[in-house]
Amino acid sequence: MTDRIDAIIIGAGHNGLVCAGYLARAGMNVVCLESGDAAGGMAAPRTLGEHYHFPGLAHAAYPVSAAIRRDLKLDRFGYVPGDAINTVSLDADGQHLTIAANSIVGENISASDERNYPVFRKQYLAFAKALRPLYENQPPRLKNMGFADTATLAKLGWNIRMGLGRETMYEFLRVAAINIYDVLNEEFDDDRLKGAIAADAVLGSAMGPRTPGTVLTWLQRLQGERNGPMSLLSGGRSQLVHALTQSAEDAGVTIRLNTHVASILIENGKTFGVKLSNGDMVKANIVISNADPRSTFSRLVGAPQLDAMFARRATQIRGSGVVAKLHLALNGLPEFTGLEDSQLRGRLLIAPSMKYIEQAFNHSKYNECSENPLLEITIPSLHNSALAPDGHHVMSINIAFVPYELDGGWDEQKAIVAYKVISQLGRYAPNLKSLIVDHEFLTPRDIEEQFLAVRGHWHHGELSIHQSFMMRPLHGAAQYDTPIDGLFLCGAGSHPGGGLNGLPGQNAARRILKSGRAK
Amino acid sequence: MTFPLTIEPEHFRQALQRTPFHDRIEALSSTEVWTGWNCYKVPRVVENLAAEYFAVRSGCAVMDLTPMEKYRITGTGAREFLDRLVTRDITALKPGRVTYVVWCNDDGKVIDDGTLFQLTQDDYRLCSQHHQLDWLLMSATGFNVQIRTETHDIAALAVQGPTSYSVLTAAGIEGLGSLKPFGIVDVSCGDIAVTVSRTGYTGDLGYEVWVEPTDALQLWDAIFGVQGRYNVVAMGLDALEMVRIEAGFIMPGFDFNTAEATIRDSHDRSPYEVGLGWVVNLDKGHFTGRKALLLEESKPIKRRLTKLIVDGNKPVGEAFIYAGKNGKQIGEVKCTTWSPVLKSNLALADIDYINGRLPAELWARFDYQVELKWHTAWAQCHAQSKPFYNPDHRSTTPPNRF
Repeated sequence: MTDRIDAIIIGAGHNGLVCAGYLARAGMNVVCLESGDAAGGMAAPRTLGEHYHFPGLAHAAYPVSAAIRRDLKLDRFGYVPGDAINTVSLDADGQHLTIAANSIVGENISASDERNYPVFRKQYLAFAKALRPLYENQPPRLKNMGFADTATLAKLGWNIRMGLGRETMYEFLRVAAINIYDVLNEEFDDDRLKGAIAADAVLGSAMGPRTPGTVLTWLQRLQGERNGPMSLLSGGRSQLVHALTQSAEDAGVTIRLNTHVASILIENGKTFGVKLSNGDMVKANIVISNADPRSTFSRLVGAPQLDAMFARRATQIRGSGVVAKLHLALNGLPEFTGLEDSQLRGRLLIAPSMKYIEQAFNHSKYNECSENPLLEITIPSLHNSALAPDGHHVMSINIAFVPYELDGGWDEQKAIVAYKVISQLGRYAPNLKSLIVDHEFLTPRDIEEQFLAVRGHWHHGELSIHQSFMMRPLHGAAQYDTPIDGLFLCGAGSHPGGGLNGLPGQNAARRILKSGRAK
Repeated sequence: MTFPLTIEPEHFRQALQRTPFHDRIEALSSTEVWTGWNCYKVPRVVENLAAEYFAVRSGCAVMDLTPMEKYRITGTGAREFLDRLVTRDITALKPGRVTYVVWCNDDGKVIDDGTLFQLTQDDYRLCSQHHQLDWLLMSATGFNVQIRTETHDIAALAVQGPTSYSVLTAAGIEGLGSLKPFGIVDVSCGDIAVTVSRTGYTGDLGYEVWVEPTDALQLWDAIFGVQGRYNVVAMGLDALEMVRIEAGFIMPGFDFNTAEATIRDSHDRSPYEVGLGWVVNLDKGHFTGRKALLLEESKPIKRRLTKLIVDGNKPVGEAFIYAGKNGKQIGEVKCTTWSPVLKSNLALADIDYINGRLPAELWARFDYQVELKWHTAWAQCHAQSKPFYNPDHRSTTPPNRF
């Protein structure tokens, strides 16, 4: 380690690893500093007790893009996207609806829903395709545009006008900024179906189906589908972060675990490395933060090194996590009323209607937790039996909407909230409670503490339209650049945002390699 | 961050508030020419403009400073906060000293200027022309600092002119002899406590005396009770305008647009463009606007607020500035005065530089009236780099006694 370090990456989450991989493959000597005891961030596997293993805070994802797979040779390092899964919209009376890519199956489906569903999917995938230039490139600057900025905008305009055609373009412009509630009510009759689609539009955001911009968040999610179908993360060697870690190390990246960065060193407006919490310094002329932009600027850089209004804006980034995680270790497979065992391989949603979701969201606005939360349930051990002992299973549940600040305090209420979630699950799977041998409940507060995501937000900042594209994470730090020379951002807080897509990391690496700072 | 409510509930019935000195000024005011300054009623002229002007230059003029915006900035992070706020290296600022500062927005455009008083270790007062509480509070994000307005909690008099030291001494304020320019001292005037700083906006020897509002009239009476040849005169804003131009002092918001108060790009000004480059220290560490100013400093300057002596004795008023007589229009006069001591027409003008240089020949084209008849005239202008008027007695310590 006597070699000169070209770039330090703060945080070995998947975006940090993608960025590190690209930079190392371009010939840079890259060191990745990770405060935790494993690489992977929110996608790093977790263990409960000794015998129960979970894929991570993230439990389902779309594959990363073909470009990232190819450039970082991920397939060579064992990356295999999982099998396509269905989504099951659970019904309290056992009349569940199974939703596949192009069809819906279940009792009491209207003919028009059955007919409209594939048409609707096709149209929205086309919208997602039209937006692709925005997501896969550095977002264009609107002031002092360079050639690349103009090209991105031109391509976007072309895609929307010519790619969609006139009629579809009008429809796209109509729905782009409105809410998913109105759109789904126009299209469908079935509450289970509307609930399931709306759940995907809002999960991870402090938004209900009626919040403006929820069509956009859904389109953002559909971007991932262009790389392949959604699958469950099932831990093990095929998982993305495992391959990314191997790939990065193969390219020469040094990953230092249990290494906590206390501050970014700055002199004369330029970074020259980082200071660790043990007092050591690590020097490099390029520092790339995969941390939440709020903690990057407020904690690691500090207000004295920033202009006043920029420093203030950095504290005003909106993003308070509203999703909690429940991990259950089970000594058997739960039985869901009206569901066959094979359907448990999919993603189960308790989102029986949009009204149900909106009401759950309403509680979180007032620092309360609904008795009827939105739940996204997976059983990863059905895809990888190594996750639990023979005959045992692990269940991973995302719970929305759970507020970061809870009236009455989390210390007092955490066990009560977990109990309510388990009770709600019990209404659909009566034998579940009797199977539980261990559990782990991560509130947004715990997610903040364990994953250093400010206020426990998955995406390091809300994916609302005012914090997207050239406004992400904030004006003055878009395009992966910051006011500090040599300091860049590569995490979910940057465009295009969260999700296990690696795009912020990839775009940041491109930006750095083009900046002329790389040797 | 508290907002002391010192204003009466019925205050809105009175458009302009009275300062603690108001009764005395009103008693002296024969002209009744009043104006508003920061929501206070202040005189433009008390009795006689010429007498007030000459009191600054040859006697002792007294002006009510109470309406000036005053902020108290305290806390262990106060120094770090102020260092990031202002463009100037304030390393040399110590308790009991004052420094002139300017602060910018993120784009490196001037928001305001003012005087920064260090009262004790973590206790500062910032005085400014314009309301700054919002900017200061928003800038405080990330610093351990408390900021409050104390504009209405402290009364102040500017006591300015060659005899001001003698007048204050005769008024019973001892201990000013060793006070150097930009020094602060806590003293007494009879049985009231006052703080005196050797500061001012006139370019002459002068002091600012800070006092509790309840003691204000006692201070006034002590100063105006000084008998004899010192020529103690109450002064209004019009005379101040004359002397501050003579001294080459600028007034943000009048001589140039302040940042955050303009809508159009390029209508605000950087410190370099208003002649305040000397209070910008780009190598002092980070401050708000530094990055923008570094970039600006590396390029040829686009324009500058320039001190001009205008030939002739016709009142210049509003005028355009041209590069050569009948040449290209390159600027405009922002403020102007006839200087009785210098016998010159003085002006500050916003002038576009050509290729980073001030054009060699500058002319003003202006309109003036003779017995209600308008005339147009051209007058050549001569740029000055130094203050028009800067007498030695301004900075002598101890000051001359009269």
